[in-house]
Amino acid sequence: MPWVTRGLRNGVLTTRYPKRPDGYGANWRGAVSVRPDGAGRPPVTDGLCPTGAIRPGATPHGLAGGPVGGPVLDRGKCILCGRCVAERPDVFSFDSSAEVAALTRPGLVVPPTEESEAALATVRAELSRRVAALRKSVHVRHVDAGSDGSEEWEVAALLGPVYDVHRLGVFFTASPRHADLLLVTGAGCTGMAGPLLTTYEAMPDPRVVMAVGTDAISGGIVRSGDTGPGGVGEIVPVDVWVPGSPPSPFSVLHGILLAVGLLPAKRGPA
Amino acid sequence: MTNHVPGTGQARAAGDDLWDETEVGVGEFAATVISGLGGTAERPTGGRFAGLFGSARTDGTVWLRAAIARLGRLEVVSCLVPPAPPGGQAAYRGLTPDVPGAAWYERELADMFGLVPEGHQRVDPLVLPRDAQTPPPRPGSAGPRAEIVPDESALPAHVTGEGVFTLPYGPVRSGVFESVQYLIETPGEDIPHVRARVYHKHRGTERRFEGMTPADGVLLAERVEGVASVAHALAFCQALEAVASGPGGGERAMVPEGALLVRALHAELERIANHLDSVLRHTEAAGQAVANARLGWHKERVMRLRSQLCGHRFGRGVVVPGGVSGPPALAPSAALDELMGLDADVVSDTRHLMATSSFVDRLRGTGVITPEVAARRGALGPVGRASGLEEDLRTYRPYAAYGLIEVPEHRYRGSGDALARQLVRLEEVRGSFQICRSALESLAGRPANGPWAVAVAPADGTAWGWAEAPQGELLYMVETEGGRLRRVKPRSASFHNLSLFPEAFGGDIFTDFAFIEASFGLSIAGVAG
Ligand code: SF4
Repeated sequence: MPWVTRGLRNGVLTTRYPKRPDGYGANWRGAVSVRPDGAGRPPVTDGLCPTGAIRPGATPHGLAGGPVGGPVLDRGKCILCGRCVAERPDVFSFDSSAEVAALTRPGLVVPPTEESEAALATVRAELSRRVAALRKSVHVRHVDAGSDGSEEWEVAALLGPVYDVHRLGVFFTASPRHADLLLVTGAGCTGMAGPLLTTYEAMPDPRVVMAVGTDAISGGIVRSGDTGPGGVGEIVPVDVWVPGSPPSPFSVLHGILLAVGLLPAKRGPA
Repeated sequence: MTNHVPGTGQARAAGDDLWDETEVGVGEFAATVISGLGGTAERPTGGRFAGLFGSARTDGTVWLRAAIARLGRLEVVSCLVPPAPPGGQAAYRGLTPDVPGAAWYERELADMFGLVPEGHQRVDPLVLPRDAQTPPPRPGSAGPRAEIVPDESALPAHVTGEGVFTLPYGPVRSGVFESVQYLIETPGEDIPHVRARVYHKHRGTERRFEGMTPADGVLLAERVEGVASVAHALAFCQALEAVASGPGGGERAMVPEGALLVRALHAELERIANHLDSVLRHTEAAGQAVANARLGWHKERVMRLRSQLCGHRFGRGVVVPGGVSGPPALAPSAALDELMGLDADVVSDTRHLMATSSFVDRLRGTGVITPEVAARRGALGPVGRASGLEEDLRTYRPYAAYGLIEVPEHRYRGSGDALARQLVRLEEVRGSFQICRSALESLAGRPANGPWAVAVAPADGTAWGWAEAPQGELLYMVETEGGRLRRVKPRSASFHNLSLFPEAFGGDIFTDFAFIEASFGLSIAGVAG
């Protein structure tokens, strides 16, 4: 059988996302949330989380949706190890969704604060002005700034038949001069700071930067090694934050669409 | 020989069947290692050099250990390197002149500990070039973690001269790749030479392990080389389990059989995914678009099957010290159905690919590692097996469930080129499907309530763990103290095999590069540390 007929044998493999929800993406264990019903439950102990993503009893007064004095969880530091959910299922739960990207760093903290909600509106308006020119197609340049290697697999999957981002007008490019979107993986170790910055500087304006993965956001569990990686936000200005260790291909795709304003209007609270 | 806990004078019985350690003076270290590698009347085949491992102490000394791999066990030679004399540097007699495979290890030791291997030429920085004022991180010494900026001026200059040029490729490369820099040097008429620079993405993971609990350490081990998370978690946990403290002192933890099966299942799915990734990179380089799409789809199915079994596409969170975190989340019968369909599709498509002459011709004769080079340098995993070496830890030093279920024999005998490496991987993929099937069938009859793990409290001292990662032999040296990690040194097959990479270039570097790189199937994260 020639290759060309093999290519057709299994019909359409490609996801319809974001036009239609995708079952696999929708069931993805993409984030941890803090349960709102906190009355009377024992406090969360310090040191529960291996990456320090949880601050027990940190919620101040007046938080939207959060109990007073309850724990605060920073998804930008969470590596989704599941320990908090296993040990304190009364407080923490997994969210079933791959749509976990945020447009601000505080936007990754749950429960959300009122200030972070207000700041978001300004950020969203500014970003949509910047990306107005990109609606037809977007060119992406990837840089690994100290990843564990898994993020590259999930980003590369977007080019495969299942995610096929070309159908959405998303193209990967080798040249930073033709790139609109800089997709950065890895913890931002000092040896990659120079090459990353050079790539960023070679990109024309307007440009958008995405930090892909918990390591890229905060250094994750490898932060404070000898080359001090604490996230790529210390090196380049980040617009879109995609948590996950690594984030699933759907999460990366959601981040790209959020960055360039290509998500269908009713979808994607960010 | 006893299994010695260096620095404590305490001999330990557990782990004795897995490794033994001989402590010698620093002056005899090199000679002892070299004689250990040679054949003896008792062990006619000799051993394979498997790495040099350092661990610093607060008093300025460094424990230096050489690992020698043999059938069935690991032999360790250790010595204590005294602190640097005033105004001088801490030194030992280098191994590289006699053991060519030691070169990268000696460069790494110089970067990380400031140790000088005497008796051979200047040691170029590898993972962490430092300026003269910056002290080495000295893992194991529990010193403060300082942020180190790699200093390029500490590296040797590019080759220059008439008709000679150096073409740097990377660290930021075209396509979605990990960062690494290759220097392609063309010294006049000679065959161009390739050098790899890996320090850009040095993250300092080794220092990060220090002081962690074993439960946190496994999460970091999974991220040392993320595409081989299961193998890293396994090697790390098996080291802790080998010398768990039991009622009678140091004892091997009795990991439940169900957990051993789950471990093997995930390790083999990881192998299938990695091998398919390597094949994919070949089809991409060769412009085989349909094959690329088909295999990309199959790889995604493997990743989805892994996530259905455990909630994670890379199998993270499955292996924990003492066992696994729980039973598969997908019923073994449903997993078997998916697995069999996938197996059939992979076999059909790869068979067709290997009958596509325009593809096969690109690989034949490309990037040859001769059997002599492979044996002399101790090439690991599929790279070694494609050049005639037989070693596979699943049968040479069995772990997980590989003693319980059959590991299919490697029948293919390669000629050391990219085609041979591809054929070795395809044979291994079929073997892995078979192991997954046996593991799932054996798991099907078991109650979901376990047991899936036993409690493990590591005894103080040094332990070794290993796994046959998709890239080849993975070793972990784990030192524990008071139930916490004092020093963890992972040695990935990627590190060892990348040092052989330049040996594979004989012909046209520029057109062969992508194929040779794909056929090595390495991860830079596992090299840079
Ligand atoms: S899932 Fe793990 S890393 Fe994330 S918040 Fe919970 S304990 Fe921390």
